[in-house]
Amino acid sequence: MKKFRPISSKVIPLPKNDVDTDQIIPAQYLTSTSREGYGENLFRRLKDTEPDFPLNQPRFHGAEILLTGYNFGCGSSREHAVWAIQGAGIEAVVAESFADIFANNCAKNGMLLVTLQKNIIERLLKRAETQDVYVTIDLEKQVVTVNEGLATEKHYFEYDPFRKHCLLNGLDDINYILSHDKEISDYRERNEKTWSAPSTKKNDRALAIAGTKN
Amino acid sequence: MSQVKSIPKKAVQQQKHDVVAKKSATVDETKGPRNIVEKIWASHIVSQTDGHPAIFAVDLMLLHEVTSAQAFQTIEQRKLKVKNPERLLATIDHSIPTRQNRWEIYDEAARSQVETLRENCKRHGIPFFDYDSGNQGIVHVIGPELGATQPGMTIVCGDSHTSTHGAFGALAFGVGTSEVAHVMATGCLLQEKPRSMKVEFRGSLKKGVYSKDAVLKLISIIGVGGANGHVIEYTGEAISKMSMEERMTICNMSIECGARAGVIAPDEVTYNYLKGRKLAPTEDNFQEAVEYWETFRSDPESKFDKEVVIVLDELDPMITWGTNPSQGIELGKPIPNPKKLSDLAKKDLEAALAYTKLEAGKSLVGMPFQWAFVGSCTNGRIEDLRIAASILKGKKVAEGVTMYVVPGSESVRAQAIEEGLDKVFENAGAQFRMPGCSMCLSMNDDRVPPGERCVSSSNRNFMGRQGPDSITHLASPATVAASAIEGKITSPANYL
Repeated sequence: MKKFRPISSKVIPLPKNDVDTDQIIPAQYLTSTSREGYGENLFRRLKDTEPDFPLNQPRFHGAEILLTGYNFGCGSSREHAVWAIQGAGIEAVVAESFADIFANNCAKNGMLLVTLQKNIIERLLKRAETQDVYVTIDLEKQVVTVNEGLATEKHYFEYDPFRKHCLLNGLDDINYILSHDKEISDYRERNEKTWSAPSTKKNDRALAIAGTKN
Repeated sequence: MSQVKSIPKKAVQQQKHDVVAKKSATVDETKGPRNIVEKIWASHIVSQTDGHPAIFAVDLMLLHEVTSAQAFQTIEQRKLKVKNPERLLATIDHSIPTRQNRWEIYDEAARSQVETLRENCKRHGIPFFDYDSGNQGIVHVIGPELGATQPGMTIVCGDSHTSTHGAFGALAFGVGTSEVAHVMATGCLLQEKPRSMKVEFRGSLKKGVYSKDAVLKLISIIGVGGANGHVIEYTGEAISKMSMEERMTICNMSIECGARAGVIAPDEVTYNYLKGRKLAPTEDNFQEAVEYWETFRSDPESKFDKEVVIVLDELDPMITWGTNPSQGIELGKPIPNPKKLSDLAKKDLEAALAYTKLEAGKSLVGMPFQWAFVGSCTNGRIEDLRIAASILKGKKVAEGVTMYVVPGSESVRAQAIEEGLDKVFENAGAQFRMPGCSMCLSMNDDRVPPGERCVSSSNRNFMGRQGPDSITHLASPATVAASAIEGKITSPANYL
């Protein structure tokens, strides 16, 4: 996973609440077995039906920050939603709030999600209707800076310290979990007798029922 | 009028308590009353370091073709093994056709997904429920059906409707593909302890009103983000009286109000359902298992971060009018026209109504439509098919309506045929198809054409969910069946 660095970009405004992952990437584009190639179908329906949709406008080409409302990413657990956003060159999403599974998926892919208060989000979205809004996000300092001519406004944002460490250092969870291998084996041994621990015998039963030959 | 008692937001917030705050899971929480979520959580913590998420043990992971291929790639690239193949079960459901010759997939990418999963399972020794194994089906239908889903377990799957399994008193939630890889490689996940929310369903459901209606009511009250960050425990008289199928419908839809999971404490109904299932404990140790399962119940006096009470006695069947599952009303009520809305919320509402071609202030009763769908992980179980069949028996689906009845699994299909339900559907002019996710999500051949309207027993009415520019109205299987007969949206009450 690559390390997260401060980013400065024009924001792409998406003035909506509850944007679901079916809108981010419709299910008919999920049939690939790779993590690549989803970017062009990001917000496919909005791109096809709204000629003024920001991603159809050349002035937003190359913009790396998406700005949106409440509960962004609700619905399906498809990680393809994150791959599509990243595939379109977007590095961070600023919103009033995010759905849980989507937020988790972003963390695993090095994508930064920034939560700001409703009134700030609404003001910035309003401003983006008539002018370009430029923003710098510094994860190290947990500050979003909005640049407007000579004036700037700074907003502190909350961020989980563990996730911050992972993002800034490009670490992913597998190695962290693997480093606790001994504790995992101990746990499994301790719980061998509980009913939630399927035995090898049970696996044989499952394989037999499935008719899987190995 | 249905009586809905929802604790006002302020009161709910005041009930926040400290147990969830920080601190490690295992030490403090053995003291004092604990709720079911805290109990399952505590029994699955492998390791917890302050300032870090917990390492959380996963008992069972379900796999399907859409969200697993990239996870297998991840572990193979890193030269890791599948650590616990005995904790995995796989099947195909999302991208397969539901016609008779379903093994012929014309879409090359979809075919490749299915073949990739089959090969991956073979290579890693993972039980794979293929076509005609007798147990293929939607992951959330076959897990319970096989008895693999059990109380007190932790279950994940690369699918948000994993919350279904919570009906058995398991902590079950959807994860992304990266986390699927983590579980493959380690049997564990990094997790933050979820907050808890109690939803109490009081009273009983009227005739013609089902658990689908109850959960749609809940979502319409708290909103699509209303339970973000929480695991919901469903309790109350209405829940106790429900069958496992009805409970699964409720837990399944938990994700539609943003909940990480939904849980129902196990009881006699749960144990009776599990007894004799292929992967459930066998007869000689079933009682011992029940004793263990009994420990997963919220203690009296245990606390929750949020509580909601809903009285169901007067609830009428629900139907959605908009483009997310919270935009639902009782049949006969007008589409709401709220006055006080922020600019953004107002725009969203206008966009939803423009998409569904409806007007605020009007009722949906009598609205004509072209498609009717009974199926999905929400309502594709045998009981759902029985209800639909009881309404369709001796009747005809209206001209101009295409009705699909798609069983959730091969076993549901076989049972339906044994009971003669297939004949009922066919005589009514509905198509009784092969098992899969079908028309719920437009990933396979089953799609609602652009601009057409579908009354559907599935779980999501998002824009384009059932096909580009299709319009979805979520409802119970009974409402779908009754409406299909009339060709217009109607209450099932007239048919029972």
